Amino acid sequence: MVHYFIGNLGHLMIILSLVTALLSCIAYFKAAKSEDHGWTRYADISYYFHVLSLLGVLVVLFLIINKHYFEYHYAWNYSSKYLPIYYQISSFWNGQEGSFLLWMFWNAMLGLVLIKTNKYWKPSVMTVMTFTQFCLTTLILGVVIFDVKIGSSPFLLLRDVIPDAVFIVNPEFVPADGNGLNPLLQNYWMVIHPPTLFLGFASTVVPFAYAVAGLWMGKYKDWIRPALPWAQFSGLVLGVGILMGAYWAYETLNFGGYWNWDPVENAIYIPWLILIASIHTMIAYKKNENALKASIILVLATYLLILYSTFLTRSGVLGETSVHSFTDLGLSGQLLLFLGLFLIGCIALCAYEWKKIPTTEQEMEAYSREFWIFLGATVLSLMAFQILIPTSIPVYNEILGLFGVDSNLAPPADPVGFYSKFQLWFAVAIAVLSGTGQFFWWKKMDLKKFRAEIQNPLIVSLLISAAIFILAEVREVPYMILLTASVYTIVANAAILWSLKRTSLKLSGGSVAHMGVGLMLIGILFSSGYSKILSKNTTGLIYSKEFPDEINLNNLLLFLNEPREMGDYSLVYKGMRKKTNELGYVDSNKLTETDNPLRLMVTDDIYVGSDLVAARGDTLGVTNNENSYFEVIYEKEDGSQFSLYPRVQLNKQMGTVYSPDISRTLTADMYTHVRTFPDPEQETDWGEVKEYEVAVGGQFFINDYVANFVKMQRLDQPEGIPMSENDVAVKAVVEIQGEYQNYVAEPLYLIKDQMAAKIPETVYDLAARITIESINPETNSFTFGVQRTQKDWIIMEAVEKPFINLLWIGTLLVCFGFFIAILRRYWEFIIFRDKGLES
Amino acid sequence: MKKSHIIGIIVIAIAIAIIMTTAGDASSYVSFDEAKLRDVNGDHSKIHVVGKLKKESNDIMGIIPAEDQLSFTFLMMDENQQEQKVFHPNPIPQDFERSEQVVVVGAYRENIFIADKILLKCPSKYQEAEIKI
Repeated sequence: MVHYFIGNLGHLMIILSLVTALLSCIAYFKAAKSEDHGWTRYADISYYFHVLSLLGVLVVLFLIINKHYFEYHYAWNYSSKYLPIYYQISSFWNGQEGSFLLWMFWNAMLGLVLIKTNKYWKPSVMTVMTFTQFCLTTLILGVVIFDVKIGSSPFLLLRDVIPDAVFIVNPEFVPADGNGLNPLLQNYWMVIHPPTLFLGFASTVVPFAYAVAGLWMGKYKDWIRPALPWAQFSGLVLGVGILMGAYWAYETLNFGGYWNWDPVENAIYIPWLILIASIHTMIAYKKNENALKASIILVLATYLLILYSTFLTRSGVLGETSVHSFTDLGLSGQLLLFLGLFLIGCIALCAYEWKKIPTTEQEMEAYSREFWIFLGATVLSLMAFQILIPTSIPVYNEILGLFGVDSNLAPPADPVGFYSKFQLWFAVAIAVLSGTGQFFWWKKMDLKKFRAEIQNPLIVSLLISAAIFILAEVREVPYMILLTASVYTIVANAAILWSLKRTSLKLSGGSVAHMGVGLMLIGILFSSGYSKILSKNTTGLIYSKEFPDEINLNNLLLFLNEPREMGDYSLVYKGMRKKTNELGYVDSNKLTETDNPLRLMVTDDIYVGSDLVAARGDTLGVTNNENSYFEVIYEKEDGSQFSLYPRVQLNKQMGTVYSPDISRTLTADMYTHVRTFPDPEQETDWGEVKEYEVAVGGQFFINDYVANFVKMQRLDQPEGIPMSENDVAVKAVVEIQGEYQNYVAEPLYLIKDQMAAKIPETVYDLAARITIESINPETNSFTFGVQRTQKDWIIMEAVEKPFINLLWIGTLLVCFGFFIAILRRYWEFIIFRDKGLES
Repeated sequence: MKKSHIIGIIVIAIAIAIIMTTAGDASSYVSFDEAKLRDVNGDHSKIHVVGKLKKESNDIMGIIPAEDQLSFTFLMMDENQQEQKVFHPNPIPQDFERSEQVVVVGAYRENIFIADKILLKCPSKYQEAEIKI
């Protein structure tokens, strides 16, 4: 049955939230101009209604997913019946519409906070907030006016999106199950990364709204105090969101790293850099009016770049240049319109007000903190610019296409090398500036004092760097420079922190965050610069004479149970596993599917040591039966060992997806992912039958392994086969000595309804199949047929990433520094507000 | 000259350098013929070629894995229907044969195109067009 009501309700809620957003925008606008409290009240009430109806939309969409109403395209396309509740939440933002909703949700919440915390700025700031909210709502409106489609609704029925023949026969048809969630998104990071990222996205509108309100109201300076803690909050959340995405990519995708300079990654990194630059100039504004103008431009630019990145990732313009952009929903025109609207609005506002912004002709002193902050912000902006130019290449092609020019520009073929070439030197500049700038932060400086202050940290960091060069064998000059600069910023900021300890820890945010940046840079330097492919082909074979040997093969072929040397390790592939809720990893040959896709039945007793943990016929639970894991044991010469379980997901809709597994130690990560394995759909090619005539107690060979024919046994009731009076069943028990363990094979021989039937047994680990071909009463022996096939295998890549933990530790430190700084700036704002000085 | 002017000039210089390098390092989408021409002219920079796998009456032709499975060659038709043998130093990607469009990134070496990267566009991926009952 098609549930029409709930979708109509959802759509109604969207329209309501659109109308209320518009009403409150107009009312706040009036209130800002007239300071009439009537308008303010009216605006507040409309805003509350807006928030309520938006929450209604969210609840309705989630119910559609949760209740499995597959007649709706959204539920059908992004979820399925057996999806656990936490992945249903990820399904919610799998589609564009849902992710817009998430963005709007955070926007709405931020609006509530602003209404509550800042009475003075409320009308003007909320005018901007509600206007962006209005624009965003139109993106999910899904209404066609004069053949122009406005927005794409998440409440479309499946039959309206996909005109399949089945709906002509029966318009009320409801699919039994959905497509399911993209396997790559079935990861706990995908539950928390998008909300974090979108909170970051959404929160950039707050400093933007303050800046616009400041220009509009003629409060050219005053907007900065309330905006600063918000900009810092935004920088923190967006930064954490980006790194969560990087961490997710590292854990889940198999490109072998956390950052790939993919356009989608770049698109969000660019506004973050500008945002960080704006935070720095906002801190410096009090002393220097040039910093004020820079702050206005940077804050406005941040939000424009956020809109630009939305356009890039969602309009389909990136097309084949990115692996993870959204599919095109036909919203590109609308997105472009908003981008243009905001851009022109910002330029017009600035042009109109620019002359009135206080300005100074006074030159910055080299020994002032403003000078150093300015340099830092400049470098950050250049960093962003260097990423923006190549990331926009597909846009240039589109634009040239509009003028009839057929441009065939493609992004750089080696993005990592291309971007690193610049970003490395920018990173050096950042490290040097953030180390040095801190000295000017707290004291008035002149050349003499500066020399005295910088001397000790400089010597200490040179000594530490020299030690690292020797210990970690850093030989490349650019890396040596980056390392020294990073160590310097850590040491210098630690020295500042030490001196602050006595005075005011409240002010330590900056130095803590900059120490974190230093650590992150060192972490990135080692984990990327010295990332080592351990599985490089060392056999010396080259593919063909046509190629010189410089084409590296980075992968390793492992046959089941056959150890191979790889660097300091000996590797053994142990077979395919399922991850069960009860017993962890279990041999997948011992499990079979049941009617319930989340339960698997045990087909052979499972022992741990000598304890029977699951008997034949028991069932075990799995969270997703599409997942299988390849057990690979790494053994070192000293006998220490660990196992890794890289994953494959066989998803009917989305194809085969591999994910790595990572062994983490303090000094390095061992990253392993499988590239390919025998196609499970393909039928096993059993070779010729080799026959052995063996009496009970006799020995023979199976695939070069010694096999003992232990005993024969007559069965009265073989499992799963109904037997009548004249039927006979015989079982042979054959014990085979493998390299690592012994196996027991029990092939059956039946005479049923006067027909002979053979039921072979397969020993997967040995790639052998044993059949009782005949029973020979005259010689009192059995004839066994033995067939062999190719052993199970995997092709995998193993990469070592040294000191990657420094990156994550540095990240945490940056977050902590931000947190301290936000608290400080927020207290400052509260003090001013409560004194009534906020005007 | 004021300090801010010096800084301004440096910033502009860096910005110009960035734009120039981007223009220089940007790759391009070309046909096999053009890629070959570049190779002959001594330009060994990596380029993108868009095309399809070679098919004969719906059967994919010419995928040859190396004996150790660690690399493979295949036949690709570019947008001008020009056929070319391509080598990729990795195992065959899982959805390779289902792909409706292939982009290879690399360069010629002798008469073979060495693809460092293969980007696939698979029909059913992420957007289902029909309903399975």
